[in-house]
Amino acid sequence: MNKEEYKEYVKRRAKRSSSFKNCVFAFLIGGFICVIGQALMELYTRLGATTQNASTLVSISLISVAALLTGLGLFDKIAKLAGAGTLVPITGFSNAVVSPAIDTRSEGYIFGVGAKIFTIAGPVILYGIFTGVIYGIIYYLFG
Amino acid sequence: MRDIIKLENAPRISSYYSVVGSHERNGPLGDRFDEFSLDDKFEKDSWEKSESEMQRLAVVGALKKGDLKDTDIDLLLAGDLLNQCVGSNYGLVDFDIPYVGLYGACSTCALGLALGALLYNSGSCKRLVSVTSSHFCASERQFRFPLEYGGQRTPTSQWTVTGSGAFVLGNEGKVSIKEIVFGKSVDMGINDINNMGAAMAPACIDTIKRYFSNSDYSVEDFDLIATGDLGYEGSKILRDLLLSEGIDIRKSHDDCGLMIYDRKRQDKHAGGSGCGCSASVLAGDIMKRLEAGELKRVLFIGTGALMSPLTLYQGGSIPAVAHLVHLEG
Repeated sequence: MNKEEYKEYVKRRAKRSSSFKNCVFAFLIGGFICVIGQALMELYTRLGATTQNASTLVSISLISVAALLTGLGLFDKIAKLAGAGTLVPITGFSNAVVSPAIDTRSEGYIFGVGAKIFTIAGPVILYGIFTGVIYGIIYYLFG
Repeated sequence: MRDIIKLENAPRISSYYSVVGSHERNGPLGDRFDEFSLDDKFEKDSWEKSESEMQRLAVVGALKKGDLKDTDIDLLLAGDLLNQCVGSNYGLVDFDIPYVGLYGACSTCALGLALGALLYNSGSCKRLVSVTSSHFCASERQFRFPLEYGGQRTPTSQWTVTGSGAFVLGNEGKVSIKEIVFGKSVDMGINDINNMGAAMAPACIDTIKRYFSNSDYSVEDFDLIATGDLGYEGSKILRDLLLSEGIDIRKSHDDCGLMIYDRKRQDKHAGGSGCGCSASVLAGDIMKRLEAGELKRVLFIGTGALMSPLTLYQGGSIPAVAHLVHLEG
């Protein structure tokens, strides 16, 4: 068996994660997070926030709760089941920043937390800002 | 000689000791291990220090069990999975024993025993210690993601064992090391970090084939053929591909990565891995069964995925190696 044949053989026999189960849980848990977001939106609006401020407050609230759950060691247990359901909403971004921060405490605040905090979220931040700039230029020229 | 090294002056395993973490303690072999830490920290403030402490405890335990002092030991052979072998380098600094650090990824336990046996066989060392360890939390940080990162594991992924096993080789004891086969580095192009079993199986197949095509023994002569950490996926590949080449090991084969956890109950996907896996299972279970006479002849094959995240990102695949040690009770 050569390399290509072996790779094909391994790929063929490896059990895959159940897409159906993953989709169902991602939909249910991800949907539940969105419902909470919407409920918070209503709450902040009723408390007198403008729509723009209320949506910012919702993001801050979800980020804070996800950060807290990450710190308490609960987020990864939920995410194991939810998959994309917790990864795609802003909760996933929060976890991606907080988890390396917790992990690298032992190397101190400069070489640990400071240097490693964006190891996972880094690409999202970099390319997010980059596309934001491109969009801004296009908007400025043609908008 | 190129394939099988027979030891005329076979060393005996005179003392051994295992130290594990909480998941291993909660596994099917839980009460077979000598020592454990329920929070996996071993009273240290970083995971790397915890691994070092675990390895230190294993050596202290093995020496104590054999009623030995530092000065009774000619050489320490030690290894782990961390960069610069910090688990061993830092953990064993307090011993007054000459020290050699080894790296063979998860095959290091078998590698240490094999090299130790050769040094004894040649008369260079009268008594030596071989010790290895791995720690789930320290490995996860180095090779994969932060511990609290919310990701999903695939069914073929394996769980690094938090454990350490130390063995004293000398002229006392019931179990001896009769033969050795050093493995070749084999790369079959697998680059999936979540399917290490498939990356390691070809190396193990190569070593087993080299052994049986040159040995006086046949598969039936062995009560147990124990592979280090192929896990569920790698074990199936090993058995199936060897069978297709006319070597049927299905009756006597077991894998330390499958023995150490209850995969379903403990949600460990394809089973355990790491050089603490084979070391702690050998010290905690297999050695005890050999001494009790339950097992007579055992092939212990350490399997190592020589993987580096750096080379994987550069588009490389995962080479693997498998070293074989023939133990007899």
